[in-house]
Amino acid sequence: MVEKVLDDKNEIKMQIKNLNFYYGKNQVLKDINLDIKSNAITAIIGPSGCGKTTFIRTLNRMNDIILGTKIEGDILFDQKNIYDDDIDVVEIRRKIGMVFQRPNPFPKSIFENIAYGLKINNLTVNKEETRERVEVALRDAALWKEVKDRLNSSALDLSGGQQQRLCIARALAVQPEVILFDEPCSALDPIATAKIEELIQELKEKYTIVIVTHNMQQAARASDYTAFLMLGELVEFGITEKIFTTPTQKITEDYITGRFG
Amino acid sequence: MERQLDHELNFLKEKLLKMASLAEESIAKAIKSLVEIDSAFAQKVIEEDTQIDLLEVEINNLSLKLLALKQPMANDLRFITSAMKISAHLERIGDQAVNIAERSLELITQPLLKPLIDIPRMAKLSQEMVKNSIGFLINNDISSIEELWKAENMVDDLNDQTFRELLTYMIEDPKTIKRAIALILVGRHLERIADLSTDITEEVVYAVNGKNIKHFYKAKSF
Repeated sequence: MVEKVLDDKNEIKMQIKNLNFYYGKNQVLKDINLDIKSNAITAIIGPSGCGKTTFIRTLNRMNDIILGTKIEGDILFDQKNIYDDDIDVVEIRRKIGMVFQRPNPFPKSIFENIAYGLKINNLTVNKEETRERVEVALRDAALWKEVKDRLNSSALDLSGGQQQRLCIARALAVQPEVILFDEPCSALDPIATAKIEELIQELKEKYTIVIVTHNMQQAARASDYTAFLMLGELVEFGITEKIFTTPTQKITEDYITGRFG
Repeated sequence: MERQLDHELNFLKEKLLKMASLAEESIAKAIKSLVEIDSAFAQKVIEEDTQIDLLEVEINNLSLKLLALKQPMANDLRFITSAMKISAHLERIGDQAVNIAERSLELITQPLLKPLIDIPRMAKLSQEMVKNSIGFLINNDISSIEELWKAENMVDDLNDQTFRELLTYMIEDPKTIKRAIALILVGRHLERIADLSTDITEEVVYAVNGKNIKHFYKAKSF
C-alpha cells in the first residue's frame, strides 16, 4: 500500500476545479480544487459542519435533489464534467456509487437487494447471469460466506455490519468505477468497522474510493490521501502519512491533535 | 484548550529534563573526581547511573502507553517517538560518564601525567551540549541549534589536540603509555557525549518541525 502511495503514479480519476456550493445564500464549499487518484483511497476529514458530506455528495450529483442549492465549478470524471447538460445523471450515479452513514437495505431479501440494481439498470440478460452477478458482488463485499445459505431471508435480519456490507455489495453489483463512502462505519461497532476498513482496502484494487469520516484514526488507518476541510475550505490535501505526521498547516496540526474542535 | 494529553506530555518532558540533568551532573562529577583526585565523586557516578537507567525505562513505558491509549498525531506523535530515542541517547551519555569515572579511579592512583587543561574544557562543553540539546526540546525552540553543532566541532578539535599531545608523551617515554591511554579514553568518552548530544538535536529538530536531518545535520538547512 505504501509503495503505491509513495510512487504516486496513479492516474487522476476525478478532478474537482474551483468548486463552490451554496445552500440558498449560504456558501458551504469555497473554491475547492482537488484531484482524486484512481485505485486509491481518499479520505475527507474535518470538524462537523465543515462541508464534508456536502462535498462528497457533489461528486455524484446527489445534491441535485435538494431545493435551493447552487453549484459552481467543474467536477471532471475521466476528463468530462459531470455537471454538463448532456450527462445522464442515472448513469453517473451508477458509475459513481455511494454507501451511506447508516446501512439502508431495502426491506426485501438479501438476493433482491442486489438483484434490484441489476434489473433497473438492465445489466443482466437472464436469471442465471443475475445469480452469478449477485454472488460476485457478495463475494467482493466479503459477505458471501455468511449469507450464501440464506439469500432469500430478509436483509433486515442481518447485523448492522452485515447490512452495511450488503449495501456495499449492492453498490458493487452495478459495476461502478468510483465508490463514495459517507461515514460508513459511524453506526458500527469496532469489529464491524475493522471488517469494512479491510474491505475498503481490498476494493481499491478495482475501484477508486472516497471516504468521508469524522474518525481521524480511521482516515489515518485506511486511506492513501487525506483532505482536511474547514469551514468549507480545503485547508490541506496530501499523502495520509504526511498529513498525520508532518502536516504543513498549523490549523491541520491543531485539528488532528485535538487542540480544537 | 488544555488537553489531558498535554498534562501527560508535560510529565514526559519533566522526566526527560530530569534524566538530562542527572546525565549532566554525572559528567561533572566524573571530571571533578579526576581534577580533584577524589574517588568519592567517581564512585557516586557509578552508583547513580541506575537512576538514569530507570528513567530510560520509565520514559519508554510512558511513551508506549501514550501511543497505545491516546493515538497521538502530528507534533504530539513526533514528540513521543523522539522522546523514546532521546532517552536512549541520554542513557548512553550516562554510560559514558561511568566510563570516565572508571578511568578516573584508575588515573588518580598515580601521579598525573600533565596538568589537566583541555579535558575539563571538553567536559564543560559536553555538559553544556547535553543541557542545551534538551533545552531546545523543552522550549520548542531550535533557533540557536547551530551553536550546539559548533560546540561539537570544538570538542572534536580539543580531542584531537589532546590525543596528539599525549602521543608525544608516549613516544618519548613508554612508561607513560598506560596513563596516557587512560586520558585519551577520557577524551574519547567526552567526544562521544558531544556526538550523542548532537544526535539528540537531530531528534529535537524532527519533534519540533518534522524535518528529518539525521546524518546530514551539518549539510542541511532546516
